[in-house]
Order: sequence, then C-alpha cells, then structure tokens
Amino acid sequence: MIHTHILVCGGTGCRASQAKEVQEELVSLIRDKHLSQTVQVTTTGCFGFCEKGPIVKIIPDQTFYTQVTPEDARDIIEEHIIKGRKVERLLYEDPKTKKRISDSVHMNFYKKQLRIALRNCGIVDPENIDEYIARDGYQALGRVLSIYSPDEVIDIIKKSGLRGRGGAGFPTGKKWEITSQVEATQKYVVCNADEGDPGAFMDRSILEGDPHAVIEAMAICGYCIGANKGLIYIRAEYPLAIGRLLVAIEQARKYGLLGRGILGNDFEFDIELKYGAGAFVCGEETALINSMEGRRGEPVIKPPFPAEKGYFDCPTNVNNVETFANICPIVLKGAEWFSSIGTEKSKGTKVFALAGKINNVGLIEVPMGTTLREVIFDIGGGIKGGKKFKSVQTGGPSGGCLTESSLDMPIDYETLLEEGSMMGSGGMIVMDEDDCMVAISKFYLEFTLDESCGKCAPCRIGNKRLWEILNKMTKGEATEKDLEKLIDLSHTIKDTSLCGLGQTSPNPILSTFKNFKHEYLGHVRDKQCEAGQCKDLLHYTIDAKMCVGCTACLRNCPVGAISGEKKKPHLIHQDICIKCGICYEKCKFNAILHQS
Amino acid sequence: MKKIHLTIDNKAIEVAEGTTILEAAQKVGIHIPALCHMKMDDIHIENRPGGCRICSVEVKGKRNLSPACATKCLDGMEIKTNTIRVIHARRNILELIISDHPYECLTCAKSGQCELQTMAQDLGIREIHFEGEKSTYREDFSKAIIRDMDKCILCRRCITMCSDFQTVHALSAVERGFEAVVSPAFHMDLNESSCTFCGQCVAVCPTGALSEADYSKDVIQALANPEYTVIAQTAPAVRAALGESFGYPVGTSVTGQMVTALKNLGFDYVFDTDFAADMTIMEESAELLERLTRHLEGDKTVKLPILTSCCPAWVRFIEQNFPDMKEIPSTTRSPQQIFGAIAKSYFAEKIGVPREKLIVVSIMPCVAKKYECERDEFKVDGDPDVNFSITTRELARLIKISNIDFKQLEPSEFDQPLGESTGAGLIFGTTGGVIEAATRTAYELQTGKKLKKIDFESLRGMEAIRSATVDFNGLPIKIGIAHGLGHARKLLEEIQEGRCHYHAIEIMSCPGGCIGGGGQPFHHNKTSILLERQKAIYSEDKQMKIRKSHENASVMKVYEEFLGHPLSEKAEHLLHTSYFDRSSQITIDDSEM
Repeated sequence: MIHTHILVCGGTGCRASQAKEVQEELVSLIRDKHLSQTVQVTTTGCFGFCEKGPIVKIIPDQTFYTQVTPEDARDIIEEHIIKGRKVERLLYEDPKTKKRISDSVHMNFYKKQLRIALRNCGIVDPENIDEYIARDGYQALGRVLSIYSPDEVIDIIKKSGLRGRGGAGFPTGKKWEITSQVEATQKYVVCNADEGDPGAFMDRSILEGDPHAVIEAMAICGYCIGANKGLIYIRAEYPLAIGRLLVAIEQARKYGLLGRGILGNDFEFDIELKYGAGAFVCGEETALINSMEGRRGEPVIKPPFPAEKGYFDCPTNVNNVETFANICPIVLKGAEWFSSIGTEKSKGTKVFALAGKINNVGLIEVPMGTTLREVIFDIGGGIKGGKKFKSVQTGGPSGGCLTESSLDMPIDYETLLEEGSMMGSGGMIVMDEDDCMVAISKFYLEFTLDESCGKCAPCRIGNKRLWEILNKMTKGEATEKDLEKLIDLSHTIKDTSLCGLGQTSPNPILSTFKNFKHEYLGHVRDKQCEAGQCKDLLHYTIDAKMCVGCTACLRNCPVGAISGEKKKPHLIHQDICIKCGICYEKCKFNAILHQS
Repeated sequence: MKKIHLTIDNKAIEVAEGTTILEAAQKVGIHIPALCHMKMDDIHIENRPGGCRICSVEVKGKRNLSPACATKCLDGMEIKTNTIRVIHARRNILELIISDHPYECLTCAKSGQCELQTMAQDLGIREIHFEGEKSTYREDFSKAIIRDMDKCILCRRCITMCSDFQTVHALSAVERGFEAVVSPAFHMDLNESSCTFCGQCVAVCPTGALSEADYSKDVIQALANPEYTVIAQTAPAVRAALGESFGYPVGTSVTGQMVTALKNLGFDYVFDTDFAADMTIMEESAELLERLTRHLEGDKTVKLPILTSCCPAWVRFIEQNFPDMKEIPSTTRSPQQIFGAIAKSYFAEKIGVPREKLIVVSIMPCVAKKYECERDEFKVDGDPDVNFSITTRELARLIKISNIDFKQLEPSEFDQPLGESTGAGLIFGTTGGVIEAATRTAYELQTGKKLKKIDFESLRGMEAIRSATVDFNGLPIKIGIAHGLGHARKLLEEIQEGRCHYHAIEIMSCPGGCIGGGGQPFHHNKTSILLERQKAIYSEDKQMKIRKSHENASVMKVYEEFLGHPLSEKAEHLLHTSYFDRSSQITIDDSEM
C-alpha cells in the first residue's frame, strides 16, 4: 500500500536543472531501502515555481522542496521518508521573514492562485491516463456525449463567459457556435500551440503537465461543431510536450476515448499533431492554417474567417491550449461556477508566465480581476535585489509597458487595453529601475523584425525603420525629428498592417512613449540614458574623493583604460574605455560613477 | 443577387454582393491607388495579397484602415478614401516602400513604365522621411529574364502568374521579414529552376525587378559590322502591338512602318516569321494527317492528339512536367527556328553568303524565344540558327535610339523571298491561330476540296480552354485549344488519364497567345488590350490576299528547290526537332540536402 508519493517536476525548466537525475536517484534509493511497497516516485508537470526548480513535493504532507540536486535525494529519503524529519535546508525560504516554509499551502506563491487550467499540473503523471481519469478526466466528455446536444454544450460555454486565452479574447462559445452553424461535410478542430511570446511558457507547461485536458476538450469541441478530426499545431522546439501528447493520444485511443465509437456513442474523433518551425506569426490563425497546409506561414486577409474557410478550405475552429484547458471544468462544474470567477467581462482565471526582474519567476494562475500588484508583489515576491519597480510588460511583443499607476488595476481584457497594453497570451515581464525603456522597445522591435513574415509593406519595412530609429536613439545619434517620425510611423504601422502582428508591433513603443516620454526625450535631447543601460551614452568616471586607490578597478579593467598609483585616486581614460562596467562592479568604495 | 448599399466619400452607391471597395469606388469615379493588386478578368486571374496596403481606406466603425482591394462592400458601409488619416498613411507606406528601393530610376529598364514611379509622382512624394538600410540581393541573369530583386516590392503578381496561371511554381516568397523576397526555392537561379521563361512575371512586374535580358546592344553592333549580312524576322504578334510604344491606339497594326523602321535600322533583309509559320503549317499538318491516317487504319501505336510545338515555354514545360509525353507534340520546330534554319541554309546558299557571316535577328513578342535560340539542337557547330532574339519592347527602344520618328514612316513591304506570307502565318500571333492555320491547310490537303469559309470562328476567342469539331468531309476532327500553362496542364492530365479525345491541340503559354507575350509593350493588367491586339491580327488576316499556308508561293518554291516535300529527309533534318526529359529540373535531390 503506497502511503507516500514523491512528486518530481518533469517540466522543461526543472529537467534542464537535473530533475530527471533527481528522480532516478530517488527511485534507486527507494529500491535500495526496500520502500517500493509504500513510497512511489511520480513525474508530474510544472509546479509553476520555476525560479527555485527542480521542485520535489511530498504527498500527503505537501512538503515543498526547492532547488533539489541529485545529491539531496539521499537526505529526502533517509531523513524525511524514513525518519519523518523534513529536510529543512531544502524548504523554501520566505525572502521577507527569512523563515523556512514547511509546505506549499503556506507559500505566498500559491496562496492567491486559483488553478483551473493548471489543475492537474504538478499533480498527475502526464504520461499516465489513469491518473488523469482519477481526477475526473474524461468525465466531461462522457457527460457531453451521453446527456447534452452540441447546442447545449455550446450554450454552457457561451454562458460561462470563457474568452480566447490566445490574446484577442474572442468569446469561445461564440466561435464554436459560428463554426457549428456552417454546413460542411468536413470540419476541423485546431489547437493552437504555437506559443511564441518571449518568456512565455503557459501552453507548453499545460501540454507537458496535463495533455489529456486538451485532448478531451478538443473532442468535446469536435462533438459541438461537427468535426471528427483534431489537429494540434505545435512548435517543434517543444519536444517534451510533443512526446507527452503522443503518449497521451495513444493512451486515449487505447481506452476508446479517441477514434471511432467514443464511449459507445457513434461519435468519431481523432487527433494528429502538426509541427511548426517556431515562427511567431504562425500563432495568427490564418498563418497557422497556411503552415499546416504546407504553405508559407503567413497570414491572409480575413474574412473569410477560419470558421467559414479554414484548413484546406473546410470550416475550422482554432482555439489556444489554455482555452481548451478550461473547457472540461466548465462542463463538469457548470457555467455559473465559472462565470462567478473573475470580473464582469472577463471570466475565470488566467495563466501568466512571470519573468524578468521578479523574485519568483514561474507560472501562475490567478482569477481575472486580481491586481497586478498582487501578482507581482504577493505571488511574484516583488522585485529582485530590492530594486525599485519600474514597469511591467504584458501581452508580449504586441502588448505594452504599464507603470506603477496601473498596479492596482484589476487584470482583465478591457482594463489592460484601456491602460495601453493587452492581455495577450500571458507573458508578464517585470522591469526595474535599471531597465531603459527605449532599449526595451528596441528589444521588442528586434523580436518583431525577426518574426514579421514580410508580406505587408508597413510591417516589413516600417518595423525595420522603427528599429533603426530606436537604435540611433540608444547610440545618441537621434534627433527630436527622429522621435516625431518614430511616433508617426508607429501609428501608420498600427493602422495599416495586414495582421495582428503588425497592427500591434508598435505597442511597446507607444506605451513606453506614453508612460516614459521623458526617457525618450532624454535620449534624443540630452543624449542621456537615465537607467544607464545604453552603453554609448554612458561615461564612467572616478570620484577622486571616494577613491582610496585600492587598484581593484585597474586590475580588472579588460582594456587598460584605468591608470593610477596605489593609495591615490585613479583615472579612467575615456578614449580607451569600452564602457563594460566591470570597474563599477568591482569598486567597493562607490568611487566609480556612471553617468550619461 | 443581393444588392448592397453604401457610401464612398459621401457618394451613395448600389453594388452587387461580393464587390470590393476598390471596384465599387471605380464605379463612382473614385480612383483608389493600388500597387500590388492585379485583376485581369479576361483571363480570370487576380492577385490580391493585400500586401502593399496602399489602397487603405477608412471604413466607419473599424479600428484600423482597410485595404480597398480585399475588403468586400457591406450594407450601410461608410467609406472615406481621402481623409487626412488615409492620405497620410498612404504616403507613409509609399515612402517606406521607396525607402527600400534603389534610387536608380534614370537607368532602370522600367523607367517610364514603372508603377511605383508613377505612384510616387501621382502622390507627390518629394522626400523620403524614413531612410534606412535597403535590402540587397544577388542579381540573377538568365538568357531570357533578369531578376534584380533589390527592386522587388513583394507585390507577388509574378508569383500569381507563375503559380496560379502557369502552375510552374518557379517563384515564391522566401525568407522572412525585411529579408523576404520573391525567388526560386533556395535562392536558385532561374536557369536552375522550373522556370519556363514564359515571361509572364516580367509582363506583370510593376517595377524593374523583373525584365527581359536585353540584346539590343548586340544587334546594334552586328548592324554596324560590314562583315555581316544581318537579317530580321518579325513575329506576327509584334506588328499588332509595336504601335503602342509610339502612341498609336491599341489594336493598330503597324506592319508597313515596322518593315521600314527595320530597313532604316540597317538590316540587310527584312523578312517575316510568318513565312516560316507557313512552313510550320506545311510540316505540322503533314504530321497530323500522317498520324490521322495511321490512326484511322487502326495503328494503335500512333500518338494522338498531336500537340503544337511553336511555343518554347510550353515545350520546356512539357519536358519538365510530362517527360513521359514528350512523343506527343509535333516535332516541327517553331517558326523562329524554322526561319533560322532556312535562312542559314537555303537563303545563305541563294545569296552566296557563308553561314557564319549571316546574323539572324528575330523580333519576338516573347522572352522565352531568347532561351529557345540558345538550345543546342538549334545550333550548327556552335553557331545558332537565330543569333539574337529581341522583344517588341527592345525593338521600340532600338528605333528610338536610332532617331527614327516612327509615326512619320511610310509603310513598305517585306523583302523576298522569305518575306512572303499568308493570313495563316499571321494568325499564329493569337491563341487559336496556329490550329486554325493548320486546319485551313489540313482540310484542303485531306479532302482535296477548297474551303468555302476560311474563318473558323469556333476556334477563336479568349476562353481559357476551347474545343471545336471540324468536319473534314464527313470525318469529325476534334480540336482543343488552351492558353496558359495551367490550362495546358489540365489538358495534359486529361490525356494521361485517357479522358481526352482530341485529335489536335494547340497550346500557347501566354494569355491570349503571343499577343500577350512577355516581351510585348506592357499592358499594365488591362487585358482588354489583348483583345484589341487579337482583333488587329484577325482583321489583317482578312485583308491578306493569300490566307492559306499551302498557297504561299515562296514556301512552295523552297520545297520545290530545296526540301522536296513536307516530312522529307531534308525537311526532317532542318525543320524538325526532338524533346528531352527535363524532369530532374523540377525535383529536388534529397541526398544533397
């Protein structure tokens, strides 16, 4: 009889930090200690607390071990499992109180979360369908097939208020309804797993941690719209997710949950994977369909929408991974339950990938309406290194940068738009006082430049020109006239681009210009970078009063730009200095000044 | 059909469902500029990627501007095409496009005909506010087409012609973002690609990104060299379009002036490709009748239908795509090559000039002819039967370079004997013409009767695929016609599947046949121009004294004095050819990847 479960995170992040080796070590120790009858090690999906991975969790006491190495496995088995003493040093330490937290229930990171889409991530073994079934898996499909008509299910989804989690927030039930009403002999359900925002990994984690949640939801969608074929468009760079999906699909087929005559009904549905090459624009549904058809991944003008003419001209319903992951709980618990969560127009929860200068980098799921402050400071644990919060970027390269003044706004589709950003697929990048907003804009433009398909002129050439102007700014070569052009061109690109990529690509510029105009002016007027990020605008000098002549800077300068005698103030030769900042880091006396 | 009511710039208009804003605006006298859009109703081709965004307009209630070319009118729409927002955005986009385009207008092959240049003029662009890096690509020089992709604006018209109309798929967009460009796969040269050199990409390119390889300088040098006897041959479609380059109304035949111009340019002899076309007919109808007779006698090995082989792009297409069917086309060479072979044998002998001192220049509506005259089988000891093939456009330039005021020229006659031609040779210039010419001759040779009516109206027109049955004195001969390689592909697939029961099929690569060739004066997507050229050809045919190839006295004389009879050994040697399997050209060798 198993009484203790050791859950080891099998997500990509933890795997990269030797989670697999940890697990192997645990298994071999359990074997050595003859504990196999009572203790079981299970690989799960992502726990979300990626900052401190690899994660090992003990059930039933919810002990949450962080940054576990293969060498720690012995302590976990010998101390915790055998002797019942928690391994104190592996417990999470609250950065504020400096106290070790004994279990996940008491961690701030989890306290404000509500996990619907991530309900099984970090709990079930994604490669074992039985574990999914044990947590109500495939009950929703069973109920749908035996009790509801397609229209009734669509009605439930509509009433739930679920909106597309891929970015634009189109009502999911409405989308299903439109596709269901188009008459055709062949229709398709497509799951968009072409996650591409920098720093975002919501969809990957769901697929890695709970693939059946998506498979089951796709089958339900197929039943509703009259499709017998599902396609998952997934980027080939997600090998773990692909592997787990393939295992899950095979298991579902064996259990009669995919294929012909599902659960004894005459409903037929099967799923095939389509691999993408990782182009960001292929997340746009028409580009995605082009790519799946073997064509160049670039968008086409809508209408017609995929619901009318999609994959090989057949009506096609495209939903994002997270959207699908919400379907089964809605079917089982009802539209009222779901719509009771969230705000007036944004129901349910949203998964975010926290990244940037935040203490708890990771994956979280919160009810709509949670404030940015709660997410960043309570769940995210605040800013790294005690620095000052400057901005949070949501919505990926299409989104915008919000400031302190937006921190108490509830997170929902409308509010984020009003504040000058957007929900997007859930990337959330936190910036501190050291981040230069002009450089941040340039970073996002670089991404857009790489990812533009090149089909329409404003996006293809316009974004290049925007980047060039920003580049000039960061080098101190731009004028106020350039700044005017930057803003003017941004509006034209937004107004005239073919697809969502171009229509939103200037958003990082426009939102940072709105909120940090003085930084732009500083770059063009005074050739200054307030955050000290733009190297070309920086000067490193030595404050003779503070310098004790320790020679640390001189010894570490890689280009010999510093001279001076021991115990006498040193000097930086500006003509040699490459502005690498090593002297600034090495000086223990705050004698190095960096100014622009 | 449902009617839609809307307003454009406050003008109320009623349009049929499915009408685009661009089309609706035209109806009320509003010209919305568009760059990438191309619609050629007569050949059912539309390029509408919505890529240039120049035609952006304001639709009330929509957050962003909408492309007029690709937005369908909806009931109650309120559209503004000239607000400050629209004008500003349009100018910004045009400036962006120009900012990534070389400023080489003065020396560009397309200068004066360039749609980008015209638009910059029309919109009053005087300064580019968004200067920056320009994309650069390796130039690609084939014998027929030059690709200078620095000038490509990614309108994708060429792709539409190459892929949708011709189903050749040599061109597609490659690379992403700012590096995106139209190219053969893997940045191959056109020579290595599946390109048939039909030149329809050149015909629709709005800028100078695609142009014909220009041999006019070589021609000037040959003309200036007293050692050479230089002969011109002019294809039938040239005379129906050349006038457009000199301000004549579309559809004006300028045969006489063209002959005078060529003489003034210094050609020693100005002959007519139509003469060779008549010889093509003699050989091709002999082939048809020979195959027919064997077929009727029950010979199962005989290949029917017989396919015409005048069009070099079509020949390359079948060699690449249907190598297993390379025995089906007539083995008769194209008129250009027949002319070259006769000029450098029969005529060279007659005037006592050694072959190597003879330069044959063909004036063609076509860029593929440049490729054709380079084919090895049309050379004798390395000396090509046709030395240079220049297009109608190049001829127009030659005339201008030589200070000839074309409009003031008195018409003159072709030289003899290779200048004598018939209406049959003339109609080679349009789709349906070759098969009609062949029918005129085959009928009379087969039945021994004189045709009561020479005009076979049923074979004419602009429909993509046409068919007719001609009664050969009780023997129904089924004839098929296709123009455009995509339509040809359909017919070939029908033949492959045994669903095709034609006896003879004419195929031309270009829309409308040679009148719509890639070397003709630019039609700027107005396919009505092709119809006018077609009319010009048929009306000139009507005025010809002799309208049947077998009645061409000079042709008959060549047979009498030199060849013997059609399909004679000598005729086979000089006037026929064979075809090659070029399928490897359109398949990628995986092992090298």
